[in-house]
Amino acid sequence: MTSIPDELHYTKEHEWVAGVDDGLTLTVGITAYAAEALGDVVYVQLPEVGTTVAAGDSVGEVESTKSVSDVYAPVGGEVIEVNAAVVDDPSLVNGDPYGEGWLFRVRLEGDADDLLSAEEYAALTSGES
Amino acid sequence: MSRPTPLRGVHEALGATLTDFAGWLMPLRYGSESAEHNAVRQAAGLFDLSHMGEIFVTGPQAAEALDYALVGHLSALEPGRARYTMIVNAEGGVLDDLIVYRLAPEEFMVVANASNYPMVAAQLTERAKAFDAVVDDRSDRYALIAVQGPRSQEILAALTDADLDGLKYYAGLPATVAGRRALIARTGYTGEDGFELFIAGDDAEPLWAALTEAGEPYGLRPAGLSARDTLRLEAGMPLYGNELSAALTPFDAGLGRVVRFDKPGDFVGRAALEPLKDVPPSRRLVGLVATGRRVPRHGYPVVAAGDGAVVGEVTSGAPSQSLGKPIAMAYVDTGLTEGLAVDIRGSHEPVEVVDLPFYRRKK
Repeated sequence: MTSIPDELHYTKEHEWVAGVDDGLTLTVGITAYAAEALGDVVYVQLPEVGTTVAAGDSVGEVESTKSVSDVYAPVGGEVIEVNAAVVDDPSLVNGDPYGEGWLFRVRLEGDADDLLSAEEYAALTSGES
Repeated sequence: MSRPTPLRGVHEALGATLTDFAGWLMPLRYGSESAEHNAVRQAAGLFDLSHMGEIFVTGPQAAEALDYALVGHLSALEPGRARYTMIVNAEGGVLDDLIVYRLAPEEFMVVANASNYPMVAAQLTERAKAFDAVVDDRSDRYALIAVQGPRSQEILAALTDADLDGLKYYAGLPATVAGRRALIARTGYTGEDGFELFIAGDDAEPLWAALTEAGEPYGLRPAGLSARDTLRLEAGMPLYGNELSAALTPFDAGLGRVVRFDKPGDFVGRAALEPLKDVPPSRRLVGLVATGRRVPRHGYPVVAAGDGAVVGEVTSGAPSQSLGKPIAMAYVDTGLTEGLAVDIRGSHEPVEVVDLPFYRRKK
């Protein structure tokens, strides 16, 4: 079992979203489950700061030894910050997916109603593994 | 349902990520595949290769049968030695690449890829019909464990009295390892010194345990198929299904040297291959090193950086631990060595053409 922190929200694309309850700026990363499935992450491409994204847009990619996956915007809004540290050292995604391995921050426009709770995400991943 | 090897329980206990490979349930990685890759380059790695096929050809005309069935000159092989060779169809297309061990004057072991060995066994049986030789697919009875890396001889020496110093590259030696019978071969698919142990399936777990214990002081770690793939790619070694296929001849793959027209008698594929031996192929297998960080992967088009014209195709690609950059092998139009890019999901990423292999161990 990989960790699925209760306080976060999730997507079916195995991303986590922090800050949904308190506000406007949401932080996005990929889950421990996804990081483990990918294997060692070797390259991360992130959206540019200032880009306006819609929920579900492909905004970047995460590449591991064996595969490459899209990064999706879990909500709509403006990208206000990206994690330069994870671009320099993609292994942060494996080492600390919910902390130093965060990917980008979005200023929410619209709502974040379609995200999954930790419980719902746990059910999703237990069905896949 | 994928088929497990005799070491499935060991892999599960180690927490391996298991994957289907050619119908077999195999360890993809145990932890970090980069750490496994580096362990093989710097210390040693332990691999379960029990999915490979072992086909025995025995009898008074075993050597002649293999000379007819394969492109190599196996009757010239000395007992105790091994040879890299291929089986081709009548059109010269590669059906599989093989390592053939001559265990005794009238006994050969043909090691074939997991995805191909039932077909190879059937082809050998058919092609050996006119000879006094018996083809016996013993793959189900064998397990195969490899120890690869600069410390592998020290590790194996702790478990056997066999003369490892005297065992040459591409040679095999029947021996006892940790009290169990094994054919020790000095072969591998990583670009490092190393050994492959052909053993009875029932001996796989105790031998894996003995090697794990003997290797502990040397930094041995279990390594999965993911590391095996990046290791062989750095070493410029072809993988059937990627660099080799029935649509390509050994000459297309730059491996024409394995076709031995100088051997006596006819062989399957001779008529088709002979006219090709002095004809430059339209495409050549080359090494590519990406200047950026995105990875060229199997099937991606190679394009001319200027006009974007497709001039080739990537056969294998991965991030290289040893070079710190993405690397790939690709078939590229003969003569093109500059101004190339790989179309990585729509964007043209520049690559440099380099000689293979990407990595060569220090002797």
